[in-house]
Amino acid sequence: MNITLHINGKEQPVECRAGEMLTDVLRRSGYAEVKRGCDTGNCGACTVLVDGAPVLSCSYLAVRADGREITTIQGLAEEAKKFAEFLTAEGADQCGFCAPGFALTVLSMKEELSDPDEAEIRHYLAGNLCRCSGYEGQIRAIKKYLEAKHAQ
Amino acid sequence: MRNDHSPTPPSADTALEATGKFNVVAHDVPKVDGEGLVLGRPAYADDLAPSNALYVKLVRSPHAFARILSIDPVKALALPGVACVLTWKDCPRIPITRAGQGNPEPSPHDRFILDEYVRYVGDEVAVVAAESEAIAEKAAALVKVEYQVLKPVLDFEEALDNPVVIHPEPGIHEMFPIGFEPARNIAAAYRMEIGDVEKELAASPVRVETTIHTQAQQHVALEPHTAFSYIDLHGRLVIVTSTQNPWHTRRLLGLAFQMPLHRIRIVKPRIGGGFGGKQHIHVEPYVAMVTMKTGRPARLALTRREVFEATFTRHEMRVTVRLGANPDGMLRAIDMQVLSNTGAYGEHALTTFMVAGSKTLPLYNKAVAVRFGGHVVYTNKVSAGAFRGYGAIQGLTGLEAAMDELAHRLGVDPVELRRKNMLHEGETSEVFRIMGEGTEGIAMNIESCKLEECIARGKELIGWDPGHLVREVAPGKLRAKGMAIAMQGSGIPLIDMGSARIEFQDGGFFKLHVGATDLGTGSDTILAQIAAEELGVDMEDIVVHSSDTDHTPFDVGAYASSTTYVSGSAVLKAARSLKAKLIGAVADKFGVAPGDVIYKDKTFRTADGTQSLSLDDFSYDTLYHDGAKMKTIEVTESFTGDKSPPPYLAAFVEIELDVETGKVDVVHYVAVADVGTPINPNLAKIQIEGGLLQGIGLALYEDVRYSDTGHMLSHTMMTYPIPSREDVGRITVELVDSYEPSGPFGAKSAGEIGIDTPPSAIANAIRNAVGIRLTEYPFTPERVLAALKAAKAQ
Ligand code: FES
Ligand code: FES
Repeated sequence: MNITLHINGKEQPVECRAGEMLTDVLRRSGYAEVKRGCDTGNCGACTVLVDGAPVLSCSYLAVRADGREITTIQGLAEEAKKFAEFLTAEGADQCGFCAPGFALTVLSMKEELSDPDEAEIRHYLAGNLCRCSGYEGQIRAIKKYLEAKHAQ
Repeated sequence: MRNDHSPTPPSADTALEATGKFNVVAHDVPKVDGEGLVLGRPAYADDLAPSNALYVKLVRSPHAFARILSIDPVKALALPGVACVLTWKDCPRIPITRAGQGNPEPSPHDRFILDEYVRYVGDEVAVVAAESEAIAEKAAALVKVEYQVLKPVLDFEEALDNPVVIHPEPGIHEMFPIGFEPARNIAAAYRMEIGDVEKELAASPVRVETTIHTQAQQHVALEPHTAFSYIDLHGRLVIVTSTQNPWHTRRLLGLAFQMPLHRIRIVKPRIGGGFGGKQHIHVEPYVAMVTMKTGRPARLALTRREVFEATFTRHEMRVTVRLGANPDGMLRAIDMQVLSNTGAYGEHALTTFMVAGSKTLPLYNKAVAVRFGGHVVYTNKVSAGAFRGYGAIQGLTGLEAAMDELAHRLGVDPVELRRKNMLHEGETSEVFRIMGEGTEGIAMNIESCKLEECIARGKELIGWDPGHLVREVAPGKLRAKGMAIAMQGSGIPLIDMGSARIEFQDGGFFKLHVGATDLGTGSDTILAQIAAEELGVDMEDIVVHSSDTDHTPFDVGAYASSTTYVSGSAVLKAARSLKAKLIGAVADKFGVAPGDVIYKDKTFRTADGTQSLSLDDFSYDTLYHDGAKMKTIEVTESFTGDKSPPPYLAAFVEIELDVETGKVDVVHYVAVADVGTPINPNLAKIQIEGGLLQGIGLALYEDVRYSDTGHMLSHTMMTYPIPSREDVGRITVELVDSYEPSGPFGAKSAGEIGIDTPPSAIANAIRNAVGIRLTEYPFTPERVLAALKAAKAQ
């Protein structure tokens, strides 16, 4: 079937099968930043924003996204670069496969929670797994990034 | 729990001495690919696959052990869009190993790309390729396979000499003697003895014995194994793949398909984690078969379920340790006997098993008699392979349990017992000489070992008080501490080789080409740091390109904690030679002796100050201006270690154990490590931190579970959870000042050491909490409760 996705502000007609998940459609359409890590909604690598809210695109039917606003990390590239600076400064990035989904969730948290404490941060991001790090550096990076945002 | 972090003592001035000594090395340089990966720029194999590639799907065995009677592809082939269905009849019958290891491999050649037999649920039966993933999936389901189902061997305790022989087929063989006896279900065996262990044990006034069972574990690198292949302009086979070892992959594929190696090119793009899981050929043969058959590009990204069911796990092991000691705690004898489960095929069978001894026993080098031995057996489970820690974690878990039991028996502080018996700088262990990885070892003196410093700092950070290792913080909630120490290695001496080529470019920058394989570790970054430091330039003056069998020099690959030490030394040698060449060329230009040229701040000057030339200007001279003297200034150097200096780590953990529920939580994990000079302290620390978390997962809940028919029950990330950021309390990683004279700028490797201690330290903390030695991993609430109940009943 044919649906129309609005991806990062661009209208994009795509073809998809009835039961197909959004991850597959996005990857096929060239959005390599949406990663496929687990297929079961457990890892967060496939995170995208649908109408501004983070969803796991591997468990989100592509047809449901018809006509909705989809944002990948590339759609927030400017802000993502700023966060990346904090992440890499902490040396908190390894293979990077979790990074686009994780960063997108961080940016979404920044919009949603005004001044999260560490427990709230860990909870908000609990669905974004990272097998390479021990999460500590990521937490430091997030805190410093949020502090810098507040200072602005 | 997680909000209730134990207070961390104020951090002392943790700035490392090395940071003051160097300009680029020992500094927290950001990872060179960091921003690009956060932004999700196409980088991994599946991101780069050509859009016209055929999608490959594998038909997999539904049985733990069976013979294939027939494969009927007619229905699958009739499906529009299906390009081919390939079976064992389509590949040469050449026994190989999928293990990426040196040549000849210590792993037996006991596997065919596709075989008439299938030996675990998920074993490959046929290869299907189609125009879309959906069609390929549908076609795979339409391939009709008739099996003669055989009785499997599932319990590794019953494998040895079982009437069911898992590998009855002729033609399989070992590459050199490894104790391979397939008729007895033995993939490998080994034994060694220093002194007379039985005699020393008999004469020891204090003896302890522990038997520990560590389970299989999944790597769960977030990127599933992925590859694509195509035929290039020259008719050569190109495979872009998530591999840790491009050269081994090329060599093994050449053998499997009886192709000359010059017909194959392997490219490693970015990899989404490996941890040993990509040190094998799992996907490459199948895309290659399709491309060779159809002439079309082909792509294959495993599903997560396939990664779980049909790649590799950690070797399950049963480790029995017997210690004999004097009343003062001095060890006299260590005996370690191991049974290891390699699953259906013997990849890394011998070597992981030997590392259980070779990278643990030297820790306690005072014992006069040491023995190690055992078997690695086949079962009808998914194969075990390389996994960070590589046997050392299993062996250590046995050894450190026994050491703590000895401390309890003697009523002494387990820290002091270890200090008395452990390896120190300037010492050696006979084990280094005797046990290598599949072969004899290499004698080595320890030139850097700061275990004492690691222990002292660790004690401070956790607040170690041997008289108060447990307290009740609320009714039924016990806070307890435990510890363990560990060593690992830095590559395999005289076997692992890495190379680097550096070429001077116009614009005054350098191309650094390395075979070393960055699998997310940051090795591209740290190798560039080493080059920049030696060449006296900035990070941006070094452009790194890695891991392409056509375009970069050889490297065995990223495993055995080799990259920093082995590949890093190659880079340092290359940078050193290149600097000499640059100075020589400029001296020639200046008309002075090389000794009269001073190179500093990217500028060459004569000693008398009369002539000077910038690196930038010189780059144009040598490539564009100097007529007959023009030349490319470049150098390739290689490095092989004649030793493998171990990194060390002291770990201290505080757990909370709930006696009502049996739940064990890590409140604070402290790890203090000696990795020599950390080339990039941040990246060294995150390597350790990530290893710790994987080790904590192994200790507390990660478990590969099967049904009694051999079907894996834990085949999703739902049923095989890995630690999330809510699962652990505080993790503190610190590095101590240390300098390894044989390493690049004093560095040792850091890739594996982090994973080794958690199972031991947590077990020892539980022992301190409730007085029970748990011996079956993982320590799930059910197991802890059952142990508490059993203890009460006694
Ligand atoms: S791929 Fe969607 S959560 Fe893992
Ligand atoms: S950096 Fe590898 S999974 Fe997070």
